[in-house]
Amino acid sequence: MSEQASAAIVTLTQAAKHFGPVRALDGVSLSVAPGDCIGLVGHNGAGKSTLVNLVNGSLAPSSGEIRFATGSTAHAAGVRSVFQELSLCPNLTVAENLRISHRALKGPGWRRPARAEIRQSLDAIFPGHGIDPDAEVDTLSIAQRQMVEIAIGFAPRGTAARLVILDEPTSSLDAGIADQLLEHVRQFCAAGGAVVFISHMLGEIFDVATRIVVLKDGKIVAERPAGGFTRQGLVDAMGHVATEAAEAARTARELGAEVVRTEQGLSARAGEVVGLSGLAGHGQAAALARLYLSHSSSWRAGKTPRAVFVAGDRPRDGILPLWSILRNISVSVLRQGARWGLVDRAAEAETAATWKKRIGIRTENVENPVLSLSGGNQQKVLFARALASPARIVIMDDPMRGVDVGTKQDVYAMIQAEAARGRTFLWYSTETEEIIQCDRVFVFRDGAISAELTGADITEEKILQASFEMQEVS
Amino acid sequence: MTALARYRIILPVVSLAVLLAATFYMQPRAMSYFGLNLLFNLAVPIALATIAQMMVIMVNDIDLSLGTFVSLVACITATFLHDTPLLGAAMLLALILSYAALGALIHTLELPAIVVTLGMSFVWGGLALFILPSPGGTSPVWLRTLMTVKPPFVPMAVVASVIIAAVTHLLVIRSGIGTVLRGVGGNARSVARAGWPLVRLKALAYGLCGLFGVLAGMALVGLTTSADANIALRYTLLSIAGVILGGGEFIGGKVSPTGAVIGALTLTLAASFLSFMRLSPDWQIGAQGAILILVLTARLIFSRKGSVA
Repeated sequence: MSEQASAAIVTLTQAAKHFGPVRALDGVSLSVAPGDCIGLVGHNGAGKSTLVNLVNGSLAPSSGEIRFATGSTAHAAGVRSVFQELSLCPNLTVAENLRISHRALKGPGWRRPARAEIRQSLDAIFPGHGIDPDAEVDTLSIAQRQMVEIAIGFAPRGTAARLVILDEPTSSLDAGIADQLLEHVRQFCAAGGAVVFISHMLGEIFDVATRIVVLKDGKIVAERPAGGFTRQGLVDAMGHVATEAAEAARTARELGAEVVRTEQGLSARAGEVVGLSGLAGHGQAAALARLYLSHSSSWRAGKTPRAVFVAGDRPRDGILPLWSILRNISVSVLRQGARWGLVDRAAEAETAATWKKRIGIRTENVENPVLSLSGGNQQKVLFARALASPARIVIMDDPMRGVDVGTKQDVYAMIQAEAARGRTFLWYSTETEEIIQCDRVFVFRDGAISAELTGADITEEKILQASFEMQEVS
Repeated sequence: MTALARYRIILPVVSLAVLLAATFYMQPRAMSYFGLNLLFNLAVPIALATIAQMMVIMVNDIDLSLGTFVSLVACITATFLHDTPLLGAAMLLALILSYAALGALIHTLELPAIVVTLGMSFVWGGLALFILPSPGGTSPVWLRTLMTVKPPFVPMAVVASVIIAAVTHLLVIRSGIGTVLRGVGGNARSVARAGWPLVRLKALAYGLCGLFGVLAGMALVGLTTSADANIALRYTLLSIAGVILGGGEFIGGKVSPTGAVIGALTLTLAASFLSFMRLSPDWQIGAQGAILILVLTARLIFSRKGSVA
């Protein structure tokens, strides 16, 4: 191997990335050399995506350095990424999608080489794939789209792929096709390429990686050759240790009758706080949305709704940005206080004042616009909106996103108090610290419930075990 | 998947054929060189305007100022381009560039295109009134000659439609840059990730819209020989209807230039067809809308069936 080829393709030295006060990545040093296949694992928010975005050049580091072997940009160094969420243009054909990322294809008759290149790449990775390069992407199945995306990642595209980052590449592939991919990754690395492989299937990681890097809280906590880890050791390395504080917060309560049961197996009893856990994007939010929609009607609002929803994505489905704090709180209870279809202003103001005090919204006047509040206080407004309604079931879709610690403590206490009064909470959270406070936890994987934990069984270790696929990939 | 869902062009072609057959049935004399030219004459500027609208719809925006823009171009063509050709040409070029700048502005400031273009429609309309306060002006002679040329066998309107469809098909569907532009409509993030400057692509799409809008205004003056500040107001809605009728979609970068031209022809023909039916002009706009709804319903039913199968 020549000097040039054995040099690292990309080297990160103490790279850090901060988003405001959030340290998404906190000083990471990593180098990827030709022939490396790095398995990258970590829990939600460990910094995997940020690390990937630094390496592929989508984000610039806040501090530290990223050096590429050839050229100064990720593109010139032959770094490619295949993202978890599908990023093809659905209205174009397979060959036309290659054109988007392959600028060298020019002039009349560019279609012929484009077709040949993508067909060759698909044939190399997924023999017998049966995908027509002239098929429009939106006529393909999800698995076929993922295959096309991977094939575009590995295609030569004028230069040559030297480092391919695969972010959960097998999430929608069946076992046979996933095996073809793993086989190709091994060949690609043996031929001097490099791969960063992110997956929640630990079997796949052990199967293909030469080196495993464990991220936690924006730092690399372990980096060893794959043989240096056992499965258990890997799960342990991802987890925290201290969970005693949260343990104390959980209080023993009398639980009532079962009030929720879904086909998927999700169930909850009156007065229970039920947690939904697992890696982000494994069907928890969808399960909650389905549950909420089945408990509400789009035609008749009714005087007393059965369920209310606390949104985690505030700008998208929470806050009414042009309204005041008062109106943002009272929108869920307008029907209760209404007389002859008119809003009872006095009752509305009283509701808002009560909740401002109870939940501690930091504002001088509830008539202020809601956007004058900080993110955490905006979230309190959403909690107040939900809790002010008489609904017995409260559904929360990762509501603590971007909320400061103080607010979190306030809200935790509020949830426990309301649960003691017999309300049922269904709580999806990406933070283990919150999940541990629940009475019962459902862990999701690949859109289905993979484990149900209760009482003393709710530990980070058990949740991690259920979130990651432990079986061997055969 | 049914053939109808896969080949979106079938439905526009069928609707045009049905309408044409009905017209010929009611008015057999239309089935001649002269008759066809008369039927489709005014379709040429509408087809060009529809293509212009398609360029913007292709990148998931919509242009509500197209009608007033075409009117403004018509006014400039009938005055400046006739009297001082150089100055007129420079003005038209400036209009195209301002359209491109508008596209860049809409993208950079993340403004909704619907609001910006609605606002611009008043600017264009005001300028048009300023240039030509009362109807008048004269078409440049060469333009008049071009629009009234009589090619052998097939009338000018048909030849022009075929040429417009062929050229824009090459530009939008076959060429590399056209593919990237459609990609912007399909998934802008993935195009940006591949290293394309989205601002320039948007500016290009809007610039192309401006170019075809200018061509539409010129073609219109060539046919009518004079202009008026309100000459093309209905083009805004006609062009949007034409794009959708031709198999395009409002979002997702799904457009068909050939379909758009056919859609424009269908809309023009629908107006003549209703006159042949002796329908009072008061009812014609409503009836035109009814035809539009009919075709769109048919398309929806077929695409639903296609996605279920």
